[in-house]
Amino acid sequence: MSQSTDTSSMSLTMYRISSWLKSPRPYLMFIGFACILAFWYFSVEVWKLPRFQDMPGLTEVFSEWFSKDPYYGLSIYTPEYYKHIGISLRRIAFAFFLATALGVPLGLFLGWSKTLREYIFPLFEVFRPIPVLAWVPLAIIIFSGSETPVIFLTFLASFFATTLNTMLGVESIDESYSRAAYCLGASRWQTFLHVVVPGAMPFIFTGLQISIGVAWFSLVAGEMVSGQYGLGYLINTSYMMIEYPKIIIGMITLGVIGYVTSALVRLAGDYMMQWRVRELALGDN
Amino acid sequence: MNMIGEMADQSTTRGAIRIEDVVKVYDPDGAAVMAVDHCSIDIPAGEICMIVGPSGCGKTTLLNAIAGFHDITSGKIYLDGELLCGPGNMQAEPGSDRIVVFQNGALFPWKTNLENITFGPMMAGKLSKEEIYDKARSMMEDAGLSGTENSYPGEVSSGLRRRVEIVRALMNDPKVLLFDEPYRALDSLTKSVMHEALLEIYYKNKVTIFFITHDLEEAIFLGHRLIIMSSRPCKPKKIVDVDIPHPRDYSVLTSPRFREIMNEAKGVVNEEAKKAFEAGEKEG
Amino acid sequence: MNINKLKKKLPGRATLRGVIAIVAFVIIWELGARSEELFGYRVPFLGLVPAPSAVFVSWGTLIGDPSYWSSWYMSFLRVFGGFLAAMIIGIPLGLFMAVNKTFYGMAFPSFEVLRPIPPLAWVPASIIFWPTQELSIAFVTFLGAFYTIVINVLGGARSINKQFLQAAQSMGASQWDMFRRIILPATLPSIVVGSAVGMGITWEVVVAAEMISGGGSDGGGAGGGLGFFIWSSYVGGSYEQIIVGMISIGIAGYFSSELLRQLGGYLTPWLKTR
Repeated sequence: MSQSTDTSSMSLTMYRISSWLKSPRPYLMFIGFACILAFWYFSVEVWKLPRFQDMPGLTEVFSEWFSKDPYYGLSIYTPEYYKHIGISLRRIAFAFFLATALGVPLGLFLGWSKTLREYIFPLFEVFRPIPVLAWVPLAIIIFSGSETPVIFLTFLASFFATTLNTMLGVESIDESYSRAAYCLGASRWQTFLHVVVPGAMPFIFTGLQISIGVAWFSLVAGEMVSGQYGLGYLINTSYMMIEYPKIIIGMITLGVIGYVTSALVRLAGDYMMQWRVRELALGDN
Repeated sequence: MNMIGEMADQSTTRGAIRIEDVVKVYDPDGAAVMAVDHCSIDIPAGEICMIVGPSGCGKTTLLNAIAGFHDITSGKIYLDGELLCGPGNMQAEPGSDRIVVFQNGALFPWKTNLENITFGPMMAGKLSKEEIYDKARSMMEDAGLSGTENSYPGEVSSGLRRRVEIVRALMNDPKVLLFDEPYRALDSLTKSVMHEALLEIYYKNKVTIFFITHDLEEAIFLGHRLIIMSSRPCKPKKIVDVDIPHPRDYSVLTSPRFREIMNEAKGVVNEEAKKAFEAGEKEG
Repeated sequence: MNINKLKKKLPGRATLRGVIAIVAFVIIWELGARSEELFGYRVPFLGLVPAPSAVFVSWGTLIGDPSYWSSWYMSFLRVFGGFLAAMIIGIPLGLFMAVNKTFYGMAFPSFEVLRPIPPLAWVPASIIFWPTQELSIAFVTFLGAFYTIVINVLGGARSINKQFLQAAQSMGASQWDMFRRIILPATLPSIVVGSAVGMGITWEVVVAAEMISGGGSDGGGAGGGLGFFIWSSYVGGSYEQIIVGMISIGIAGYFSSELLRQLGGYLTPWLKTR
């Protein structure tokens, strides 16, 4: 009387991709992109609108980006480009993982223990409204060097987001699950491990996606103000040195990498929560 | 005199519940809503006791008090002669001697069916893993669940989920099973299948069953006794004995005795339902 | 009975615990910040921070200083300006995307591609494009809140129970009716949530933009704002003022979000009955 279906996640993905290709969606998507790129191209290079005078044009940016011998020295063929990317990624990875390692346990405990929450959460809420970037001068004062303040800021932003979302996740877990666990004879600690932690996972991963978003936000700001190298630094210096195409290259690169890192977090979540993927795929029954 | 005595060949002395003059008032210093009003019920061991009443009248409060999720304001509750809660300790400890089957199901979605079922004994840690898993597999087979061991609850039908939940409870050899309108969300066809399955399980594992429902047909089909509760505050209004012999099957539903009991109970239930409706009770 | 009613008026145990933690924190801060003069040994990190007592004194002086309050005013202006612009453009855009599948197919992927670019990365491009520095800050501020609002509006509109729409149709509602009387109110809660989150982001962006343009150019062409206040306090060496600025922004941000929540509660009274 088995009612489970034996879909592997691979065949499910294949099915999804093929049905996506058959729908109008990919074509509409391209039309959308084309419109924006066309607008950019026309407004700068063809119609030469006054506002867009100093803006680098589509052809200029793309020819620069993909040229083997770029005029301003930055393209996908130059090692410097990857140096900036690598340094930004390294900073994000360090700050994000540290924030996750500290924020998830803290969030779990805050959600689980009423006593702890009553002590710590008000203090947490006093700090949270302070914009992360307002910490810049203080961070520069406290930490020596130009690297640590940047990582500290990124960490801080990520930490608040992760902790808060984890805590809210624990609070959103249906009470019945922990009650069932107690009925079945589990101790408080066992219930925490077997109910709270897995139950909060979907919320934790949503929080992590938000967290990596704010991490990039803070990193870029930090790099623009302090620190050497990195995509934020690249954008800022390119502006100061009037090498405008590099600004756009930097922005697009940021967008792509930001999207990829966020997708990686989401995939990690899907991998760790196989049960949810299968549940969502098969719909309610 | 009562049905339980007649089933004494497999009688058990475990799981007798005694509810003595229990009162539950929510928010005593504020709104002071009385949910349970001097309720006294005696449930012998091994009985299927159906608690019938309109929505929101406080039946779940009683169940929660027995299970240990809520405290009571006054009164006492005994299990097999031992005090669960009463003066000195107004809230019972949840434990595997009284296991709840929840209204919307509380199977852990992140564990497979087999992992769910073995959860209780694994937490207790008294038996070895092989012993626990063997017992689980054979219980699943008994309940017609073979083949679904490694599926997640989200992948199988809700009827099947209910059965898994009941097996999960039975793995811990409880004295009492507390059901909180577990079949409320199922369509009536699945419900009938569930009823027969529940009775099958009951005949193999003697436990006391405390079953809350608002479905009169379900109550008469399953139960040894119906306790019809008044609308809020909750208090036993009428007790109906169902003297149809066990083991029962679906043919019982069309027997004349079934109709008679239905008539006896229906008038009272309708009266209380009307009162609840007029009081604007939200569904509990 | 009377004693119990009195108990309700006094702060509860929960509030007490929160206050204890905050007080403990301030004490540790004070001791750490003044560790050098108190113990002859400078605690790492904390020892470099200005002490709360000094901050408090500094704040006392600033309260009488009009330029401090004009910083508040400037920042608030920018925050609400950018936020309003984001709502005016974002809400209709989000609703239109929710209602019209073709437009959604075209616009949403592009939207999602642009979204990961942090608003601050737009600052140089924005400065190049807009004639005044004020407008360039406004644009970046707008972007910050815009994404959040659109996402929330979309989410809210798409989760409307189809049966509401079907019920209205069977009662003879026109397209416009359905939009005005069902889709709009049903999306309101999501708009409110999106606004509260977007407000936080807006403050982040405004402060950052004020610091960057203040720090980058000389004399701060855009003039003032709390972000600029913090930066110039740093540059000018009055470290206590930095912390005054930080706390001020925190309070300002909290008030703006609270204002939005109240407004939201006023617009969606039905949520309170749930």
